Amino acid sequence: MAKTLFDKIWDSHVVKTIEDGPNVLYIDRHFIHEVTSPQAFGGIKARGIQVARPNQVIATPDHNIPTVDQHLTIHDELSRVQVETLKKNCEENGITMYGLNHPYNGIVHVVGPEMGITQPGMTIVCGDSHTSTHGAFGSIAFGIGTSEVEMALATQCIMQPKPKKMRINIEGTLANGVTSKDIILYIISKISTGGGTGYFVEFAGSAIRSLSMEARMTICNMSIEMGARGGMIAPDETTFEYVKGREYAPQGEQWEKAVAYWKTLVTDEDAVFDKELHYEAADIEPMITYGTNPGMGEKIVGNIPTLDSIDASSKVTFQKSMDYMGFAPGDKLEGKQIDYVFLGSCTNGRIEDLRAFAAAVKGRKKADNVTAWIVPGSKQVEKQAIAEGIKEVLEEAGFELRQPGCSACLAMNDDKIPEGKYAVSTSNRNFEGRQGPGSRTLLASPLTAAAAAVTGTIADPRTIFNL
Amino acid sequence: MPIDKFVTVQTTVVPLPIENVDTDQIIPARFLKATTKDGFGDNLFFDWRYDKAGQPKADFVLNNPIYSGSVLVAGKNFGSGSSREHAAWAIAGYGFKAVVSSFFADIFRNNSLNNGVLPVQVTDAFLAGLFKSIDADPKAEVKIDLENQTITNVSTGESESFEINSYKKNCLVNGYDDIDYLLSLKDEISAYEKQAIKF
Ligand code: SF4
Repeated sequence: MAKTLFDKIWDSHVVKTIEDGPNVLYIDRHFIHEVTSPQAFGGIKARGIQVARPNQVIATPDHNIPTVDQHLTIHDELSRVQVETLKKNCEENGITMYGLNHPYNGIVHVVGPEMGITQPGMTIVCGDSHTSTHGAFGSIAFGIGTSEVEMALATQCIMQPKPKKMRINIEGTLANGVTSKDIILYIISKISTGGGTGYFVEFAGSAIRSLSMEARMTICNMSIEMGARGGMIAPDETTFEYVKGREYAPQGEQWEKAVAYWKTLVTDEDAVFDKELHYEAADIEPMITYGTNPGMGEKIVGNIPTLDSIDASSKVTFQKSMDYMGFAPGDKLEGKQIDYVFLGSCTNGRIEDLRAFAAAVKGRKKADNVTAWIVPGSKQVEKQAIAEGIKEVLEEAGFELRQPGCSACLAMNDDKIPEGKYAVSTSNRNFEGRQGPGSRTLLASPLTAAAAAVTGTIADPRTIFNL
Repeated sequence: MPIDKFVTVQTTVVPLPIENVDTDQIIPARFLKATTKDGFGDNLFFDWRYDKAGQPKADFVLNNPIYSGSVLVAGKNFGSGSSREHAAWAIAGYGFKAVVSSFFADIFRNNSLNNGVLPVQVTDAFLAGLFKSIDADPKAEVKIDLENQTITNVSTGESESFEINSYKKNCLVNGYDDIDYLLSLKDEISAYEKQAIKF
């Protein structure tokens, strides 16, 4: 029978099928971090058992760590306890951890790919919804709750109902100044934050094929923002090229075997999806969000929707969102003043993102009204940015490079956008208070963030940088 | 750990007619620094519930003594966003046994089931009817019968059936948890590993 890419990987990982219930799904790789794992370790300890397959678990603290002075003790006591608890749990169970100051430390979804831990054909879970990032390699990767982290630690399996399948095809060539972040913001603005709920999404089409691995990760990363269980892209030469030679990648003869297998990981021609959507790359322009969920996005040259374009049942929620943002329905977006710029997160904290931002701001100056936080996604990204001279370019333009971590993406550490302030942010969520109590987030690409950083306003990067 | 058994409930409800309630609202990130599951109920909907001085906001439903009960009724697409199970712990910790909405985010649905909180997905029309009944009478009740998979708007007598797979239903009714079950599959898991594709 013709199978989708998703079916092929899922079916080969089912240990057992429960009638009218979930599948018992085997997990190849399990990433853990300090925030969603302590209660899971507590659970297995209470049962008097150990982690079943410690060498398939990788840990890195990221959510709750400072992005300055990482060599010092973490001053926030609760954060410090969480990070220390992770360390202790890993030591007790023989799990590899890339701790603070380790050259491989970073945001879990940046670390996995750059170490080659993430590979095509795998099942990958983490107690974090943006685990969907790893789907860019043609793996089934999704976020789980702490009960499921406990299951995976205890048995290397979790219980999952098989989701429905959707394919989103994007054909054609992206215009200058339009990035993969704009693709995903565009799709979510079309289908809403619930549009993918119940589905696992495969992204396909010539526009997707032409993207780099990092750009593909940005798209899969945000597939959760349309409610999808995860997103994935069939592996190809771009994928193999990226994985090759990385620390955990198969070597020698094993590499040849792996690639031969990975090449079979494509959706068969006559495989059927439960839902299929088609978009044209040429229709996509630089995007920005104006509201309090990632589906509230618009092209940067556009206006916020007017109230009468909103469904009657959604008007109250929409107006609540406008009040929070301090915007009015129908407002023009370009030209609005902003206060902060955040470049970073597992969505856009990779070296390509830093390169794009630095290339754009080179020879210009940060606007005086803007506070900017440039946060690499990992130690390796930081190192690379220094080696390539990106740090210098940024400093000349009035920016500083911080140390890696989740930072202002979720504001669990000190990097909080103050109440009422506007932040153009390359992260993935613009929920109320996401970047700090009262913070107002506008999601956008690194290029659009650069345009905001040098103008102090919402600005079209195509105009500002003559793209 | 065994979860509480779910029996039929009939109760007044707490209405939250907002759509797309995300997990960052249910439990803001700064409360995720704990290493146990205790005490999350106190911080449920914190930024909607308290002002900057930590005083209850009078206009938020959890602070309105007219409304009470062990069922939360919310607008569509409840629980989107992060995978933090802390959201389910906060809802369970506050004392809710079920959440009623016309749409749930996937991860939240799993997390709440794993904590003995039943997500009851109803039609938009049923949800609208329920909000109307609560508007008319804050003491309006719902009845949720898990065994028969039905929910009833007691004021109007309107009733609807809801979906839950029989495995999860069995777990909730009996208070079983998935980990005990998975641990019992040790041999099958090892057998799987022997034939799995590895590089
Ligand atoms: S960067 Fe943001 S979205 Fe990514 S893992 Fe960290 S907190 Fe989550």
